Amino acid sequence: MSLFPYLVAAWIALVGLYGLVTSRHLVHQILCLVVLQSSTYVLLLAVGFKTGGIAPYFSDVSGRPVTVDPVVQALVLTDIVVEVAVTSLLLGLAVRAHRRFGSVDPEELRQLRG
Amino acid sequence: MRPERRLLFFVAAAAGFAAFLVWGLTGLPAFGHYRGPYGYLIDRLTVHYTHATGLVSAVNFFFRGFDTVGEEFILFVAATGLATVMRGLREEENEVSGGEAVSAGVSVPRTSDGVRTLALLLTGPTLLIGWWLTTHAQTDPSGGFQGGAVMATAVVLIYLAGEYLKLRRADPIVVTDSVEAVGAAGFAIVGLFGLVAGGTYLAEVLPLGKHIGAVNAGGTIPLISLCVGVEVMAAFLLVVSEFLGQTLVLKGALDS
Repeated sequence: MSLFPYLVAAWIALVGLYGLVTSRHLVHQILCLVVLQSSTYVLLLAVGFKTGGIAPYFSDVSGRPVTVDPVVQALVLTDIVVEVAVTSLLLGLAVRAHRRFGSVDPEELRQLRG
Repeated sequence: MRPERRLLFFVAAAAGFAAFLVWGLTGLPAFGHYRGPYGYLIDRLTVHYTHATGLVSAVNFFFRGFDTVGEEFILFVAATGLATVMRGLREEENEVSGGEAVSAGVSVPRTSDGVRTLALLLTGPTLLIGWWLTTHAQTDPSGGFQGGAVMATAVVLIYLAGEYLKLRRADPIVVTDSVEAVGAAGFAIVGLFGLVAGGTYLAEVLPLGKHIGAVNAGGTIPLISLCVGVEVMAAFLLVVSEFLGQTLVLKGALDS
């Protein structure tokens, strides 16, 4: 059971990768990349979890409470921001590709080679 | 490569990858048995150094503030990059169809009254939540990144309630460009004040506030959060405006 959250992260990563490889639509492919990346959120949060730890926000600091690791939570925030940035840029490129090749099927984008 | 053969290749590769991944994951500390000094250090040091009680924001805007400057500029650069990609496209379109004709000839379906009413009703509360999130980074699970995204949603709701085409005449892109630049520069400038007044970039130069966990506690954290919120809101709006503008261009191209 102690491995279960990590396996969930691995599963999400592999499902995203499968979608990325088999996708026939650029927008779908970009969303698969988002799924692939969200596995890192699960992994990071799982690594930072302490049994019995509270959320990393204090309402009372006198009792010296133990919180789950706030560092990985901050990293997840960074992760999400980067994902948003990458996704928006990729979607823009997908629009461009559609204008250039008249298709959003990655298989049809032959002219990208060479 | 044919799709079937590629799938076969992928399954073989993924099986190997999965095996290595799971093998690697078994080497991590068991779930719930956190090891490593940083989580415990942040627990103990945050309140002393910042008077803030929101540890995640304290990590983002204080302990690793310099990293967050970079993170903010990733978003800035991505929004600028998207604008570059999309505006080039729009100019091409304008050359083909003669500018004004594109947006004039478009028959955009009317937004239903139900959608407009709901969007109007939600605009105020959404903006308030976004503002609250942006200004409470030091005490609550919030911060400029989340708040900025929610505030951008409020503006998108205004687009939804009105006619985006009409609002566009006021050229919000020029405004959002400037606001985005101000937000991004604000964070960097707060850091420079630290450099001048405190000797290191992003050094804490503001009073920490008397009461731990009060809204005015946290020194530079609320200020940085506000800058980030403004930047994120403008970046999101820029992205949304670019895609909305693109829809109009495409519709125009199809109609003509």
